[in-house]
Amino acid sequence: MTVTPLGIPRRLLEFTIDDEKTRVPEGSTLLDACRAAGKDIPTLCHGDTLTPKSTCRICVVEVEGSRTLVPACSRKAEPGMAVRTDTARVRHSRRIVLELLASSTDLSTTPKAAEWIKKYEAKPDRFGPDAARPGEGPRVDNDLYVRDYGKCVLCYKCVDACGEQWQNSFAISVCGRGFDARIAVEHDGPLAESACVYCGNCIEVCPTGALSFRSEFDMRAAGTWDESAQTATATVCAHCEVGCTLTLHVQDNEIVKVTSPHDNPVTHGNLCNKGRFGHQHVQNRD
Amino acid sequence: MRNRHSRLTHPLVRDSRNEPLRQASWEEALDRTARRLQAARGAFGMFSCAHATNEATYMAQKFARVVMSTNNIDSCDRPCHAPGFAGLSAAFGSGVGTSSYEEMEHTDAIVMWGSNARSTHPVFFQHVLKGIHHGARMYAVDPRRTSTAEWAESRLGLDVGTDIPMAHAIGREIIHAGLANETFIERATSGFEEYKALVEPWTLSLAERVTGVPAAGIRELAHAYARAERAQLCWSLGVTEHHHGTDNVRALIDLALLTGHVGRYGSGLQPLGGRNNAQGCVTMGAVPHRLPGFQDILDPDARLTFESAWDTVIPPHHGLNLTEMFEAMEDGTLKAVYCIGENPARSEADSTQAMRRLHALDFLVVQDIFLTRTAELADVVLPATAARAETDGTTTNSERRVQRVRRAVAPPGEARGDIDIICALAARLGHEWKYADAEAVWNELRSVSPDHHGMTYARLAEQHGIRWPCPDTDRLEPTWLHGRLWETEPARRGRRAPFGLVQHTPPVDRTDKAFPIRLTTGRRPDSCAYIELSPEDAERYGVVPGEEVQVTSRSGSVVAPVRIDAGLRPGLARMTARFGASAVRMEKLPVVTYVG
Repeated sequence: MTVTPLGIPRRLLEFTIDDEKTRVPEGSTLLDACRAAGKDIPTLCHGDTLTPKSTCRICVVEVEGSRTLVPACSRKAEPGMAVRTDTARVRHSRRIVLELLASSTDLSTTPKAAEWIKKYEAKPDRFGPDAARPGEGPRVDNDLYVRDYGKCVLCYKCVDACGEQWQNSFAISVCGRGFDARIAVEHDGPLAESACVYCGNCIEVCPTGALSFRSEFDMRAAGTWDESAQTATATVCAHCEVGCTLTLHVQDNEIVKVTSPHDNPVTHGNLCNKGRFGHQHVQNRD
Repeated sequence: MRNRHSRLTHPLVRDSRNEPLRQASWEEALDRTARRLQAARGAFGMFSCAHATNEATYMAQKFARVVMSTNNIDSCDRPCHAPGFAGLSAAFGSGVGTSSYEEMEHTDAIVMWGSNARSTHPVFFQHVLKGIHHGARMYAVDPRRTSTAEWAESRLGLDVGTDIPMAHAIGREIIHAGLANETFIERATSGFEEYKALVEPWTLSLAERVTGVPAAGIRELAHAYARAERAQLCWSLGVTEHHHGTDNVRALIDLALLTGHVGRYGSGLQPLGGRNNAQGCVTMGAVPHRLPGFQDILDPDARLTFESAWDTVIPPHHGLNLTEMFEAMEDGTLKAVYCIGENPARSEADSTQAMRRLHALDFLVVQDIFLTRTAELADVVLPATAARAETDGTTTNSERRVQRVRRAVAPPGEARGDIDIICALAARLGHEWKYADAEAVWNELRSVSPDHHGMTYARLAEQHGIRWPCPDTDRLEPTWLHGRLWETEPARRGRRAPFGLVQHTPPVDRTDKAFPIRLTTGRRPDSCAYIELSPEDAERYGVVPGEEVQVTSRSGSVVAPVRIDAGLRPGLARMTARFGASAVRMEKLPVVTYVG
C-alpha cells in the first residue's frame, strides 16, 4: 500500500446531477463533479492546468434557480445545487455554439468536434459559405511551429500559457477588437521576431490544432499523419538536471511530437524548447 | 571519416595505432576489449556518463569494482557538480539539494546565485515564477545581467570570482544586524565562533571594493534573506565551476546555517546541474569514494554489505578521481580506460593535453551514441543506445526525484544498451551476470542501498517519481531534507552541521594592463564560438558584431567573431568554447587577414 500525502482535508459537498445524488470535495467545479459522475461534458477552452476563462460556452449546464445557463468549467459546486447536464436548453445552447464555431472556423483537427456536431445535431452549413472567417492560410514562418488562425476559436489558452500562468514570456496576446479580435504576437509579425522562446507550451494547450508542431503539420499535408499508428511513451528529458517528463509520440520509429503529462509535479505539462524539440540528434540514424 | 552528428550503428575497431577505425562484429569488438582489459588489470580506469540511466551507472561501477577490482571510476561532469556535492556533503552528510521544486512556490525569499535558470533551467524557473507571483522576493547574484535578473527585486552584479567575499559580507551583516538564528546555530551547528571571526573583516564597504556591488545592495539581500520566514538559496555552475568551487558552495551554505534556512518546508538549498543524471552518478556510486546509496567506501560495514552481495572484495581505499586518472595516464600507471558516454577530449579544460594523454593509453574503449572526438582516439568503439528514448531505467533530477525513463524508439543498426554491453564484457572476463531487464538491476540496487529501498518501479510510475531518500515501501519522506536539525531532542538532531571556514582566494589569472579583460565561459543554444563583449567594450575597442578578433591569454590565442551582449558589464567577456584562461586581451585584426 502506498500512502499519498493528501493535504488539508476538504469537506464533501452534496448536491444532485441529473437528479442523482453526488458528493465532491469543497472547491471542485461542476465540470469536475460531472466528469466524476461519468457525464460527458464537451469542453474547448477549459485547460486542466489553467484558470478557467469560460470563453467558449460549450460546457454549459443548467442549474436550478439560475436565470442563465452556467459554464461548468468555472462554476464551483455548492451544497444543495440541482444541476442538469442534458436538458433541451443545454443541448440547444451547445448546438448553437458548435454551429457558430464550426461555420466560422475550421474544426477539422479539433478532437471530438465531429462527434459533438453529430450528437447535438448541429448544422454549421445553414449559415452559408459566407460565415467562414475571411480565409487566411497557415503561417509557416519557422521550423518548429505552424500557426493556422483559421482554426482558432479565441479560447485564450495560449495567451494564458505564454503569459503569467506558466511561461511568462508574454509573446502571445489578443489584438484587434470585436469581430476583428484575434490571437497574435507583437505587431502581428512573424514568430521569429517576437518574444517567443519556442517552448511549445501554447501548442500543448491549444484545443483545435490552430497551433501545431511543424512535424505534425507537414505530415498531415503529406497525408502520412496517423494517430492510430502512434505510440506515446513517457520518459525523462536528458538536456538538464530539472528532470522533465516527456511523452514521446512515435510513428514508424520516428519521434513526431513531444508533450508532457499535465499532472506531472515537475512540468505541469510545460517544457522548454530543448525538451520539446531537441530530439533530432537521437534520430540521425543514416 | 563518418559524420560526427550521425549515430553509431556498428562496433568499430582499430588494428594498430596508425590504422583507421574499421567496422567489426560485436563478437570481435567485445573479445578484443575483454582481452585488452584483462591485460590492463591494476592500471584501469572507468569514466561513467551523467546522461546514462541509474541502472547503467550502477552496472558501470559494479564492473569497475567487481570485474576490474578498482575504485577508479568517475564522471567527466565532476568539475561542474562535484563542488556542490562535496560542499553539501561536508555540511549535512549527504551531497544533494535539500529542497523540492514545489517549495519554490511557497517561500518568501529566493536567492539565485550564479544561475541563469530562466534560460538554462526554464521549467524549474516556472516554479520560481510561481513563488514570485505569490509574493516571494527574488535576488539575482550574477556578473551578467541575465534574463533571470530581469525578474529579481535587485541584481548584485559581482565581479567574477568574488563570491566568497560577497557571502562573507552578507554573513557579517546578518550577525551584526542581530538577524542570525541563534537558537538554530546553538542547537544544530558547530564552528559558529570561528565563522564569526572569519567574516568579521568583511565589512560592507570592503565587500563593495572587492565585489564591485554597492554596499546598500549587499545589505538589502542580507536583510531580506535573514528576515524571510522561509528562504531558498539556489546556485548553478556560476558558483561551482571555479577552481575553488567547493569553497564557494560552503560559503553559501554558511548563510543557510546562520539563518536556519534549511531543513524546513520552503527553506532550503537547491543546486541546479547541467547534466540530467549527475546525481545518479553519485548516488549510484560511480565516484571513487562512494558506494551506491551514498555509502562511504572507507566504512567496513558498508563494504561488507556489497562484498557479500557481489561476492567480491572491494579495495578499502578511495580510487582515483578524474583529474588523478588523467595524471596517472601521464606517468604511465593508468594504461587502459573504459569510457561510457563521455567526451573528455572535448570536455576537459585543457583538451590538447587530454587528447595527448588519451592517445598515449595502451587501450581505450569508448561506448557512445556518436563518434565523438574521444571515440576517434579509441581502439574499440561500441555503439550504445540513447538513454532517454531508447532505454528503460531511471534517472535522478535536481530535487532528488528518481523517475522512470522508457524506451520509445528502436535504436539504430546494431546499437546495444549500456547494461547489455557491460554484462557481455563482464561475462568474457569471468563474471556471468544475468539481468532480465533494467528493473532487475534496479531491484539489486534497492537491496543494497537502504535509501532506495522504497522505490519500486510500480511506485515510481504511480507517484510520478519519488524523491531520494525513500527507505520504506509504504510511506513517503517529507519533500525537504535534514528536518532532524530542528528536533528539540539532541539525540534525534544527529550530527551538527559545521560552518565552512573558507577564505577568499582571488582568481589565479589576474587582469592587468596587458590582459585587461576578464573572460568567463557560458553556453549558448548554438555551438558557434563567439567572443561576447559588453556594448561599452565593443565601443572602446572599435569592433562591430561579426568582426573577427584575436583573443589572447597568457596561455594561448584564438580568433573569434564578436557578438555584443548587453548583459555583460564592461571588462567582462564571455566565450562559448572552452579556452583555458580567464584573463585575456583582444586585438583587432588587420582587415582581410583570415581567408578560409
